Amino acid sequence: MRDLRKSYGDVVAVRGVDFTVSAGEVFALLGPNGAGKTTTLEILEGFRERTSGEVAVLGVDPARGGRALRERLGIVLQDTAVDPFLTVREVLTRNAGYYPRPRPVLEVIDLVGLGEKAEQRVQKLSGGQQRRLDVALGIVGNPELVFLDEPTTGFDPSARRSAWELVRGLIDGGTTIVLTTHYMDEAQALADRVAVIAGGQIVAAGTPETIGGRDTAAVRIRFRLPPGRSAQDIPLLAEAGPDGEVRLHTEDEVRDLHTLTGWALEAGIELDGLTVDRPSLEDVYLELVAGPDDEPAAVTR
Amino acid sequence: MNSVALVGHQVRYEQKTYWRNPQSAFFTFAFPIMFLVIFASLNKGQRIKDLGNISFNQYYIPAIIAFGVMSACYSSLAIGLTNRRESGVLKRLRGTPLPAWTYFSGLLASSVVVCVLLTAITVTVGVLFYNVSAPHHLLPLFVALVLGAVTFSALGVAVSALTPNADAAPAIVQFPFFALAFISGTFFPTPKGSFIAHLAAYFPLVHFTNAVFAPFNPLQRGTGFVAHDLEVLALWAVGSTFVAVRWFRWEPRR
Repeated sequence: MRDLRKSYGDVVAVRGVDFTVSAGEVFALLGPNGAGKTTTLEILEGFRERTSGEVAVLGVDPARGGRALRERLGIVLQDTAVDPFLTVREVLTRNAGYYPRPRPVLEVIDLVGLGEKAEQRVQKLSGGQQRRLDVALGIVGNPELVFLDEPTTGFDPSARRSAWELVRGLIDGGTTIVLTTHYMDEAQALADRVAVIAGGQIVAAGTPETIGGRDTAAVRIRFRLPPGRSAQDIPLLAEAGPDGEVRLHTEDEVRDLHTLTGWALEAGIELDGLTVDRPSLEDVYLELVAGPDDEPAAVTR
Repeated sequence: MNSVALVGHQVRYEQKTYWRNPQSAFFTFAFPIMFLVIFASLNKGQRIKDLGNISFNQYYIPAIIAFGVMSACYSSLAIGLTNRRESGVLKRLRGTPLPAWTYFSGLLASSVVVCVLLTAITVTVGVLFYNVSAPHHLLPLFVALVLGAVTFSALGVAVSALTPNADAAPAIVQFPFFALAFISGTFFPTPKGSFIAHLAAYFPLVHFTNAVFAPFNPLQRGTGFVAHDLEVLALWAVGSTFVAVRWFRWEPRR
């Protein structure tokens, strides 16, 4: 996908997005609501026409891919929607009939953990179960590439874990996956590569470990001082946050930590909650998304 | 799966959905049968002067068949498709390889199955309990039924395309339908030459009723085909198909 742009009238939703996903890779588009994630995904899925730019999905322009392309794709949309009056097994058997080489229906039902609900009508399933059925419908055609638009939004933590297991199972099967999410931990748990999208543009891209310069960023040292002591007493450049936590950033964490702990021992001070770390993916993300251009123009529905 | 098998596959699941959905099974299938029993019983033994003094039920049975076909095709598709579109089911379907024409063929064929069943039940009840004589021409009846099913299915799709949301659907779909049934002579023939009869002639139901009635009419001579009525129906089929193709949407309106 190169220099993808999409406008709705005067509103620009996507302003020049580039990325490439290799076969077998898991790629996550990360961004806040309204950043342009779903618009980008729906152009790839063939639901929307782009305003300009070049897009190829499995080597085919999705705007002209038609039936042959859709036989190779699995699409899980943001909103769950399944015919309410059919049973889990019936819906999957029906949709399996649309594809040339579908996966066995019972195998797919087991894979998404709906084995005991196979003969239940869709309208009697819980929200989480319907979402799993939705994922099952996305993979029953044995696709080469699966799009997952916010697959776990609204899930409780344990449901999210089992959804991740499900996606990992697909990864082991060699399926290429493009997913959107606004959960950092989800991107970290699943993706080989992440792109952060904000205001209709990709503001950073890389692996979850290196994105936004995480691997080379300054180390943070954080702790709390007892009453009566302030950050100025420390023989290092440090500042106290409004919550009383003292923070310092360093490129030379071994030396600075030695200086700090040496000072604390000598003065007989305890450093409560002493933590040494690099910025989390979430910190990087929040910084990227907050970025200089807080333009309200980019809105996707 | 080849195309024909795929349409059959769709019909199978459309049928399951139709009979399990109380909205369609009750309002579009049970309703016409209820009207049949109530009106045929009330008017048993009555005769219709305007139609050469034939028995009321010899007219009413074909009229209720026409009503039932419109109900099973127009109402059920207009409401059903609006619901499916607004809930996102249609968009989801658009992401699968199922071709649009296969989907609509499946819907149409499934409606025809319901129409055939309704017609068979209505004729059987009429013959057994209300002294109605069976149609003397079967081919014209069959042609009228198929053309009616196509016309009212196309009209159903067209109306669903123009219906903004699922909550409004039953009112937008059913209100004009019942008004139309009353002015088109479904429950009693409209006096010829009246303002109401002129008004009704612009709409398809009265023509469909005539086309279904002709093969049942003991005084009708000739083949049982009524060319003018079939022409008007075909015109409505073309117009509705145009609107449906032009304005049909797969995605919810938000």
